[in-house]
Amino acid sequence: MRFDTIIIGGGLAGLVAGIKLTSEGQKCAIISSGQSALHFFSGSFDLLGYNGTNEIDNPIEAIAGLDAKHPYAKLGASTVAALANEAKDFFASMGVRLNGDASANHYRISPTGELRKTWLTLDKHFACDSLESLSLGKTLILNIDGFLDFHPHFLSDGLKRQGVDCHVASVTIDELQRLRTSPTEMRSANIAKVLHKDDAIVRLTEKIAEKSQGFDTVILPSVFGIYDSLMENYLVERLKCNVKLVSTFPPSAPGIRLQMALKQRFQNLGGVYMLGDMVTNGHFEGNRLMDIHTANHKDIPFEADNFIIATGSFFSHGLQAHLNSICEPIFNLDVTASGERQQWFDQNVFETQPYMSFGVVTDSNLHPQIEGQSVENLYAVGSLLESANCLKEASGAGVSILTALKAANNILKR
Amino acid sequence: MDKKIALNISTSNFEQCLKCTICTVYCPVSAVNPDYPGPKQAGPDNERMRLKNADFYDKSLKHCLNCKRCEVACPSNVKIGDIIQAARIKYSTDKPKLRDMILANTDIVGTMASTFAPIVNTVVGMKPVKMIMDKTLAIDHHRTFPKYSSQRFESWYKKQAADQDKFDKHISYFHGCYVNYNFPKLGKDLVKILNAIGYGVHLLEKEKCCGVALISNGLIDQAKRQALLNTESIRKSVKEQGRTVLGTSSTCIFTLRDEYHHLLDIDNEDIKDGIELATRFIFRLIDSEDVKLAFRDDYKARIAYHTPCHMEKLGWAIYSTSLMRMIPGVQLTMLDSQCCGIAGTYGFKKENYEVSQKIGETIFKQIETLQPDFVATDCETCKWQIEMSTSVEVQNPISIIADALDVEKTMKLNKVNL
Ligand SMILES: Cc1cc2nc3c(=O)[nH]c(=O)nc-3n(C[C@H](O)[C@H](O)[C@H](O)COP(=O)(O)OP(=O)(O)OC[C@H]3O[C@@H](n4cnc5c(N)ncnc54)[C@H](O)[C@@H]3O)c2cc1C
Ligand code: SF4
Ligand code: SF4
Repeated sequence: MRFDTIIIGGGLAGLVAGIKLTSEGQKCAIISSGQSALHFFSGSFDLLGYNGTNEIDNPIEAIAGLDAKHPYAKLGASTVAALANEAKDFFASMGVRLNGDASANHYRISPTGELRKTWLTLDKHFACDSLESLSLGKTLILNIDGFLDFHPHFLSDGLKRQGVDCHVASVTIDELQRLRTSPTEMRSANIAKVLHKDDAIVRLTEKIAEKSQGFDTVILPSVFGIYDSLMENYLVERLKCNVKLVSTFPPSAPGIRLQMALKQRFQNLGGVYMLGDMVTNGHFEGNRLMDIHTANHKDIPFEADNFIIATGSFFSHGLQAHLNSICEPIFNLDVTASGERQQWFDQNVFETQPYMSFGVVTDSNLHPQIEGQSVENLYAVGSLLESANCLKEASGAGVSILTALKAANNILKR
Repeated sequence: MDKKIALNISTSNFEQCLKCTICTVYCPVSAVNPDYPGPKQAGPDNERMRLKNADFYDKSLKHCLNCKRCEVACPSNVKIGDIIQAARIKYSTDKPKLRDMILANTDIVGTMASTFAPIVNTVVGMKPVKMIMDKTLAIDHHRTFPKYSSQRFESWYKKQAADQDKFDKHISYFHGCYVNYNFPKLGKDLVKILNAIGYGVHLLEKEKCCGVALISNGLIDQAKRQALLNTESIRKSVKEQGRTVLGTSSTCIFTLRDEYHHLLDIDNEDIKDGIELATRFIFRLIDSEDVKLAFRDDYKARIAYHTPCHMEKLGWAIYSTSLMRMIPGVQLTMLDSQCCGIAGTYGFKKENYEVSQKIGETIFKQIETLQPDFVATDCETCKWQIEMSTSVEVQNPISIIADALDVEKTMKLNKVNL
């Protein structure tokens, strides 16, 4: 089966590259063994939030201080700035409304009530330059009865520490109560599915309106829609007070919505998206990858002029840890990993974890290497790249989106 | 046992579960039936408990449709659906009801029904009879029974058998119950296409229903007997005669290839790659430029493709859709890949009817909005469900290709002379 470009991995990076390429007329396929890290999305895309423990205000300026192997350093500050603008237009053209700017980080709020530096935040989600600037006033954090993936008391403690007048309560409607029959299934995605039916959202909104009387701001878990943002719009229109959504523990409803929207866009542009299939190996001639094979398609190869590998980090199995080595399992691409197993991690989970910066080595054009030789028609993008520690430096989505756009641009210019 | 991952003790990979909750998002049942504990809980989480003590087995596992959508979504390759079905087989003490035996025994019921096809079709279509079946057998009265054909595919085939030997190349066809008893035209369509590209079509020495409904209704011993018999016939075809075994139903093929091994513990590794969907077989021949298809100029259709759950799991929808896209007059739209809710015999049961329709709701709406000339899908139970729940007719991709095919031109292109 022949395509112009084949992308391995259908998360944020793979889909952004796929959409860019198909929208320029390429015939593309994405093969993805499972669902992606977007299911843990906080509602905010990070670009570069921290240098050690220091907050970064202007990510573009901070690129100069990064290690030369960092993906941003390879792209260069001016390219990062240009791609960051392209990224904003990219999502705007899909109807995804995001607020923020690459040269001025803002704060999002973590599920435990801490303020964290970030780049772009989904509309209607909690975002601010400082808490004072938000003028929250008298604030109510409202959970749904029995929903365990949202922690209003943590949030409230966090906000109270910063001087916000904060209260906690919960609401429900019959259908949502029924979901509690299997407590493990009372999760954001199921709540969103239940609210999507009939007039459930109308009745829940009435209840929320009643409870939030006398409050200036109501903070709600972000569970309003995995298919579209119509319910969010409805809520904000109907409620008289300020509405702020805060993301929940996984699965993340806005993340699922983003994953579905990106996939839909890719397919509408003619892209072929194959989920649940694992790329197993490739066949090389010289420094070129000729075709790949997958678990489902076995003897029928997938051929293309260019390939992109966007298989994610350890969680997605783009990188695998064995007893004494770390590898990229499909092509055995060169990987940076230092020291013995004991040195890969720190016993204290809150410390910087060395393994988080391990990843696939590339040249400045994002071509990965095998035994030091660049593969000229293969690009590596997203969280499998070396040197970026997405948790510590808050750079996850930025690395994925920008390297994906860069690889697509390189392919298109050839 | 899978030795690849040194620390695994299971073949279902349940040790690899990261508790990420992704599977729960894609389970069609968990959102509409709160009694069901969902894939993560019913699968890897409770498997740990059940391994300690069988009393942890939870009857509500019967609500699982075995659609495998959870497996397709899982980033860690955990065989969640297999874990749940294997637990049902191992621990469930529920005795199948008479109704379940009737629904599951497609072979026996099919033989009786096709013998008296006109009578059966009329009788099971009558309102009072439907109400009686509803009350006494708990088969939901909303259901339309698939019509039985008065000439079985096997009987029609007997008359063609001699002609099929004249070809140079040969395959075997696992037709399944649906083609045999309800819709022989699909089998004839396959013969038409394969003959036009120079392949003779043969039946297996012995064929029994693949047993998918026996498995889901807990009739495991019988399922195993039939599976062994089919596997032997397939082995003979693949190994001795060198004939690949093709099917036109994604569920039959998935059961023969994967479920026999995963759920019934039948070792078929040596012949697994010799069993495949007809569309994949034909696609491969075209892709490797061994075969060409020519289509009629006057064939025009707006088609919407529905991906059956087991097709999604196989990952083979691309073959059916790629073939249909080769037809110049076809405009193809992909429907959202979601379960239509029927899941074999599941939706026929009175207690499941409502859940079944709720699961399929969004697809039905999408179809009604699109109003295609017809829906294409590779599974017969999806066909019943969609035809019952929408105003649109459903066809198998093989029938679409057969209808659009210019037989004479195709034979010439492939130098087939008889
Ligand atoms: C828990 C968690 C929360 C996060 N939250 C945020 C956040 O809120 N904001 C932020 O900016 N960043 C966040 N990140 C960082 C995140 O990694 C990136 O934002 C981004 O989503 C990563 O996208 P990706 O496409 O590079 O990789 P992934 O999303 O991991 O996608 C890789 C895909 O490749 C597939 N794959 C792997 N191997 C194969 C194979 N052999 N064949 C075929 N397919 C394969 C996988 O199944 C997967 O779908 C988070 C990360 C984690 C782990
Ligand atoms: S998707 Fe897979 S890894 Fe995640 S909870 Fe479900 S079974 Fe476990
Ligand atoms: S097989 Fe289907 S019904 Fe069963 S748990 Fe998985 S997704 Fe749910």
